[in-house]
Amino acid sequence: MHMKTRLIAAAALIALSAPGLAHRGWLLPSATIFSGSSDWVTVDAAASNDLFFPDHRPMPTANIKVWAPDGSEGKIANAATGSVRSTFDVQLDKPGTWKIGTVQSGVGGSFKVDGVEYRLGGRRGPGGPGGPGAPANPNAPRFVSSVDEIPANATDIQIIESSGRNEIFATAGEPTTTVFQPTNKGLEMQPITHPAELVQGEPAQFRFLVDGKPAPNLKVTIIPGGKRYRDGDGAFEVTTGADGIARVDFPEAGMFWLNTSLADKSPSAPKATGRRMSYTATLEVMAP
Amino acid sequence: MKRSPPLTAGLAAAPASAGTVSITIPQLKVAEYHRPYVAAWVEPAGGGASRTLFVWYDIKKTGAEPGTKWLADLRTWWRKGGRSLKQPTDGISGATRAPGTHKVALPANLKPGQYTLYVEAAREAGGREIVSLPLAIPASTGSASGKTELGAVTLSR
Repeated sequence: MHMKTRLIAAAALIALSAPGLAHRGWLLPSATIFSGSSDWVTVDAAASNDLFFPDHRPMPTANIKVWAPDGSEGKIANAATGSVRSTFDVQLDKPGTWKIGTVQSGVGGSFKVDGVEYRLGGRRGPGGPGGPGAPANPNAPRFVSSVDEIPANATDIQIIESSGRNEIFATAGEPTTTVFQPTNKGLEMQPITHPAELVQGEPAQFRFLVDGKPAPNLKVTIIPGGKRYRDGDGAFEVTTGADGIARVDFPEAGMFWLNTSLADKSPSAPKATGRRMSYTATLEVMAP
Repeated sequence: MKRSPPLTAGLAAAPASAGTVSITIPQLKVAEYHRPYVAAWVEPAGGGASRTLFVWYDIKKTGAEPGTKWLADLRTWWRKGGRSLKQPTDGISGATRAPGTHKVALPANLKPGQYTLYVEAAREAGGREIVSLPLAIPASTGSASGKTELGAVTLSR
C-alpha cells in the first residue's frame, strides 16, 4: 500500500491506532549485517502478542516494500503466507543499507445524519454489515465507503486518519544512509546511530519526526524478543527530548521491537478531524 | 569456512617490521573442525581509526556462497574496519591457517604511540573469541591468551 489514502477495515484501524489493545505487528529478519556480495535476508512477518513468537495472524506480504541502498525500489521473493506467519526473502544484491517494511495509511470513523450513525470504512463485502447480502437488520450499522459519500448535512463527524510504518534494516558491506531520508509525512524514525552499529553497552540514538519536524516527548517502547525464556517481558520506555531524539541503552544483545505512536489534530486527508500515527521497527543489537 | 590451501597472498610481502605478533590457534578436539577465520587490527589507545593487520578467511571460495560471506562472523572486526576493506586486500588477506603458532610482522610504518592490538577468531560450527592487549610502538612485548578459540597472543621485538 503506497502513501495513498485508503479506507481501511475497522480491525486494521484499531491495530494502527491503539497498539496497546492489539496484537503487535512485527518483521523478523534472519540477520541484519551481511558480508557477502549478494546474500539473502529471509524475513518472518506476523502479528502476535509475544515477540517474536508467531501464534496469531500472518502479516500480508502484498504490502511489503523494499528500499534499496541506491534509492531504487527492490522486491521481495519467495513470499508465502502460513496460518500464523508470513515469510519472504530479499536478495541484497547492492552494497549498503536496505530498508524493508510497510507504509500504511487510511481513514475511518463515524458521523450522523438525522441522528442516525453512519460509519466510514468497515467491511462491505458480501455478507458483511451494510454490504450486499447482509441480513436486513434495521439496527445494523450503516456504512459509507468514502469520505465523498458523507452528506452535507452530516453532524458529529469524527474521521480519523491513521498511518503506520513497520520497518527493518539490513546492511551489506559498508553502511549507507540513503534509505533514512524522511518523506516528511507522518511519523518517521531517522537513525542517528546506524542500525548496523547497535551494540550492547553502547547507547544508541534515534530521531523521531512528525511531518519532518522533531517529535518531542514521544514515549518509545522497546521490547526484547524471547519472552518465553524469561519471566518479565523486558519492555522499557524512553522519551524523546526536544530534539526528537530517543536515547536507548540496550541491556543485552538480540532482536528488539521498537514502537511508538502519536495522535494529533493535523490530518492531511480530506474531512479528517484527527490522525493517529504509529512507527515500529525491529532492530538487531550485537554483542560487543 | 572450508579447508584452504596454505597462505599464498599477503603477509610475506610486508615491509621491515616494527615487531612481531605470534598468534596461537589451538588444537580442538571436536567432531567437526574447520579452521577459524581470524582477523587482527590495532586501534590508537586514545581513539581513532582502526588499522587491520591481517584477515585469514576462505579466500579461494567463490560462487553463490563466497568465502567473504562469513567475514561478518568476526563481528567486532567487521564493524571496526572489516566492512570498509575490499576483499581480498594485498598484504592483509590470506587463507585460513591450521592450529599452531603463526608469526606476523607488525607493519613498519605504524607510527610510534600507544595502541591496542585485537585478535578475533570465529569458527564454523564453533565459537568466537576476541583477545586484546596493549601495544606500544616502538614495539613492546607482552602477552594475552584466549580461552576457547584463541591461544596465546604474544608481542615480541
